[in-house]
Amino acid sequence: MGMSFQTVMSQVMLGLNNGVFYAILSLGLAVIFGLLNIVNFVHGALYMLGAYVALLGFNQLGPLLGRPDFHLNYWAALIVAPLVVGALGVLIEKTMLRRLRKFDHLYGLLLTFGLALIIQGVFTNYFNVSGDAYDGKPEVLSGVVDLGFMLFPRYRVWVIGISLVVCFGTWFVIERTKLGSYLRAGTENPELVKAFGINVPLMITLTYGFGVGLAAFAGVLAAPIYSVSPVMGSEMIITVFAVVVIGGMGSIMGSIVTGLLLGMVEGFTKVVYAPASGTVIFLIMVIVLLVKPAGLFGKEA
Amino acid sequence: MNRYLWLALLALGLLAPFAVYPVFMMKLLCFALFAAAFNLLLGYTGLLSFGHAAFFGGAAYVTGHLVKNLGLTPELGVLAGTLFAGLLGYLVGSLAIRRQGIYFAMVTLALAQIVYFLALKLPFTGGEDGLQGIPRGLLFGLIDLNRHVTVGGTPLPLALYYFIFALFCLGFGIIYRAIHSPFGQVLKAIRENEPRARSLGYKVERFKLIAFVLSSALAGMAGAMKCLVFQLASLTDVSWHTSGEVVLMTLLGGVGTVLGPAAGAFTVVTLQSQLTMVGPWITVIIGGIFVVCVLVFRRGFVGELGRLLRRSL
Repeated sequence: MGMSFQTVMSQVMLGLNNGVFYAILSLGLAVIFGLLNIVNFVHGALYMLGAYVALLGFNQLGPLLGRPDFHLNYWAALIVAPLVVGALGVLIEKTMLRRLRKFDHLYGLLLTFGLALIIQGVFTNYFNVSGDAYDGKPEVLSGVVDLGFMLFPRYRVWVIGISLVVCFGTWFVIERTKLGSYLRAGTENPELVKAFGINVPLMITLTYGFGVGLAAFAGVLAAPIYSVSPVMGSEMIITVFAVVVIGGMGSIMGSIVTGLLLGMVEGFTKVVYAPASGTVIFLIMVIVLLVKPAGLFGKEA
Repeated sequence: MNRYLWLALLALGLLAPFAVYPVFMMKLLCFALFAAAFNLLLGYTGLLSFGHAAFFGGAAYVTGHLVKNLGLTPELGVLAGTLFAGLLGYLVGSLAIRRQGIYFAMVTLALAQIVYFLALKLPFTGGEDGLQGIPRGLLFGLIDLNRHVTVGGTPLPLALYYFIFALFCLGFGIIYRAIHSPFGQVLKAIRENEPRARSLGYKVERFKLIAFVLSSALAGMAGAMKCLVFQLASLTDVSWHTSGEVVLMTLLGGVGTVLGPAAGAFTVVTLQSQLTMVGPWITVIIGGIFVVCVLVFRRGFVGELGRLLRRSL
């Protein structure tokens, strides 16, 4: 493959497209980690669940309700999936994670790993591992856009745009608003925040719900691009873990920037040496561990 | 622990192939050793590795390749697999101990993923199919491991079984000695309070790394054994599912107990073979056990038993 400007740019743009998924998912992990101190292994499975809410809402919901011509459209799915998965997250936090608060943080990882197995297992039973196509992509987002140097699918432009809005919106809320200051204070010292009369347990529950809601949102965005399959989450989550190790979970902006950059690096690798594109993020992780063990934006856990 | 208990377990192991389907028994032994090796790290050093399948499966591939394609004898194959896993453990461990706690778990998981990619892509690994039809060969160039001895009308692969059982005892013995040595005491000190161990003058990193290498080498030995028993090294062996499974075995049996991981491995492997009729639902069941274990049963059953008997098992 020639190293023409067009080739490089198109792969980097496709990489950026993957990068926004890394960014949203690692952002969610960072938000959850900040307040709950757990690594949310089930994040990938909930991303997958979000994609399935979109898929099933489009294909199955109508027949299920006795109205075969009803389809949960894409825009509705963008709202409904995060709400459904967020509600599931609230349930998980309230019934399970809450009980582990006083134990070693590793138990949170193990519990969410078990949940990931359950969710993935259930979907593997009913759906094809090789995946199903999502047909609900809105007409407005079909076709291509001329970016000047290349033609790029309009849907992917939308995904990049809306993801950046969501990522930086989250950053803004957490770093620049009063609500965010409670969150950050809760991360530093929950006891003290409690003493100020703020309902910390509720805040933790909602934060978890929000974090996994983000994952579901990403899942809906992914549905028209990648095939919707039961294993899409587990493939994603391991890469996102590497992203998180590289960036460090201490900083919201750090996780966004790292996610975007690594997506682009991955895309660039596809041009330079395609076989390495699957592992390049892991190799970068190795280098970062050697050079700056705490991660690019990290503080030691 | 009670000497009679050990003698009883030894006798049980020696007689087992006459009572239980030998291949199943050998599978139990492989996974029991795998879990015990893993427990050296999680239970006695407090490090959760989420990438131990890399050593288990990596060694299976190396042993399989050497025995199948280069005609090594099985004992040398197992030795090579073990050494390979130890070396890999040195590389992974050196990187992973740079981070603590949950980051350690994520780093090991990510590094294991590189091994998974290699197992998928390298020319000798057979890609999606894995390495199949690995010959068991002649032990020391003399004893045919495929030989079956007919007992009461049933042919039993006794040569292979006792070879595997001997390796298991060797590996388990090494772990037992390590735990009950001054070295093991230092590991426990690191688990309980790392800064304090450091302030007492112990080079914490070095101890962690030695424990990691030992654990990965023995996990590799278990993988090499598995590859001879099933004559197969597959992607499943290096996948994160297997890494998760060994965590579950250890957790279920009892983290930080000598017998727990083996008991956990026996339970999980038995469940898997008994529940084949539920098909893919087994993942859901395994996940469910994970959740229940973490929520209400963190000591595992050997741990709980030990607490009832007020002694360390």
